[in-house]
Amino acid sequence: MSATLFRRCLFTLVAVFLAAPLIVIAGVSVNGQRTLVFPPVGFSTRWYGDIFADAAWRSALTASVTVATLAAALAVAVAFPLSWFLWRRHAPWARVFQILGTAPFVLPPVITALGFLTFWTSVGAYGQPWTVVIAHGIFFVTLPLVTLSLGFASIDRALVEAASTMGADDRTILRTIVLPLIRPYLISGFAFAFVLSLNEYIVAYMAVGFTLETLPIKIFNSLRYGYTPTMAAVSILFVAVAALIFGLIARFGDLPKLLGAWSSRN
Amino acid sequence: MRLEPPRRALDYAPLVFPAVMLTVFFVVPFGIMVMVSFFQRQPAGFYTPAFVFASYERFLTAFFGGVLGFSLGLAALVALICVVIGFPFTYELARARRSVQVVWLVALLSILSLSEVVIGFAWSTLLSRTAGISNLLVWLGLMEKPTALTPNFGAVLTGMVYQALPYTVLVLYPAMARLDPTLMEASRTLGAPPLKAFLTVVVPALRNTILATFIMVFVFALGSYLLPQLLGRPQHWTLSVLITDQAIYQSNMPFAAAMAVFLVLVTLALVGLSLLVGRKEIAA
Repeated sequence: MSATLFRRCLFTLVAVFLAAPLIVIAGVSVNGQRTLVFPPVGFSTRWYGDIFADAAWRSALTASVTVATLAAALAVAVAFPLSWFLWRRHAPWARVFQILGTAPFVLPPVITALGFLTFWTSVGAYGQPWTVVIAHGIFFVTLPLVTLSLGFASIDRALVEAASTMGADDRTILRTIVLPLIRPYLISGFAFAFVLSLNEYIVAYMAVGFTLETLPIKIFNSLRYGYTPTMAAVSILFVAVAALIFGLIARFGDLPKLLGAWSSRN
Repeated sequence: MRLEPPRRALDYAPLVFPAVMLTVFFVVPFGIMVMVSFFQRQPAGFYTPAFVFASYERFLTAFFGGVLGFSLGLAALVALICVVIGFPFTYELARARRSVQVVWLVALLSILSLSEVVIGFAWSTLLSRTAGISNLLVWLGLMEKPTALTPNFGAVLTGMVYQALPYTVLVLYPAMARLDPTLMEASRTLGAPPLKAFLTVVVPALRNTILATFIMVFVFALGSYLLPQLLGRPQHWTLSVLITDQAIYQSNMPFAAAMAVFLVLVTLALVGLSLLVGRKEIAA
């Protein structure tokens, strides 16, 4: 009995700690007036409308969504052939590339950011909008790499063997067996990279901070000039998008397994 | 299916694109950064190729030593708090119903993916004079009038724990989810009360996991670059903040690069240590 009570208390305390700042932000995002007060005075949803109506916020939103989509696609395009090769072939030395793909995620983000800043400056492409797509694509390659490695590990090799005995070549096996089985892991890898790219600040800032405003850069720049409720509305939008995407992954996939628990459907 | 080593050149085809991308856009930038750390800085803010240790010599100043000591101490404190809260929490989480687990995992992932900008903004609002918790305390009659609880060290610490706690739980989760439940059952059958069983069975069984998690969270906290800026004063700046500041605002790329190289070495040493600790547990 006391153990259940302990669990409830612990869960409640952690939940309050994690939710508190978000509740306040949600509150100030529906304020009737422009000032920062909580509890909110009056009620208005116009700050949410401003994200789409205000030209500067809308262009930041468009920039962020475009960058995140392209970067996530690039991350998957790099991670898929690599993890497929590692699964298909016996080539221990090729693990080097797996380590390289994991490194940017383990190192403090400011390292990758600074590496890209010096790189783009050296090759004379500093400030070009496309540079941030490559930077994010490489920075987040770890996520599809991890989900795809898990996915490949879960494919029963007997299926592949059966197909190949019956005369299917590599391309047919890839198209008819591997791809359908790996698709959920491909999608979740893309989704993880997409959400994180949407939220990423420092790598984007060092790559294109002075030429392209993504949403996190826009929020940070606005913070310096003082408060507007639109910042709160955008923050809530971020939380909602992340919760929606991870919720979908959990709904259609096995989230505990993706995060490292043994498959535990019960 | 037999795993065959690649034989023909065509077998390597899938590896070409990932290998080129990772080499050109990760290894090369990294190499350039290391080179720049030895370059000579020009007063105008540019740098010229050279091989000087000027940037590294600046490490020997008391200012840099202070920043380094503060960064490491802060990261250690964040990691300690996160593990102390995260360990019992993850233990309970891994034992909760599956549907409860999934809801928590979605929430933790959503918060973990939040931009540092958003976390910093949210906490500075929560700790502010006009919209913060001090208003709640006034309303409850515990305080005279609302005050700002930021910027100060407590705010930086709270913000960084907020950022690192979901990470801690997700690092601990696989080990907790795989922990043999019969361990606890056996100790309970033998009459140990839950707390005693937890402290004398679960904690020792996962001792190396705890240590490895502590190091991982420590590295994660070292990477925090905005929260000390948004929630603290300049004396609360960490190495990551200083690197950003030198690179962007002071235009001293060689010094920023030298600090980054140093940070990489510290990180790699710590990651190596955590892998070593983790491996011991598998062997044991």
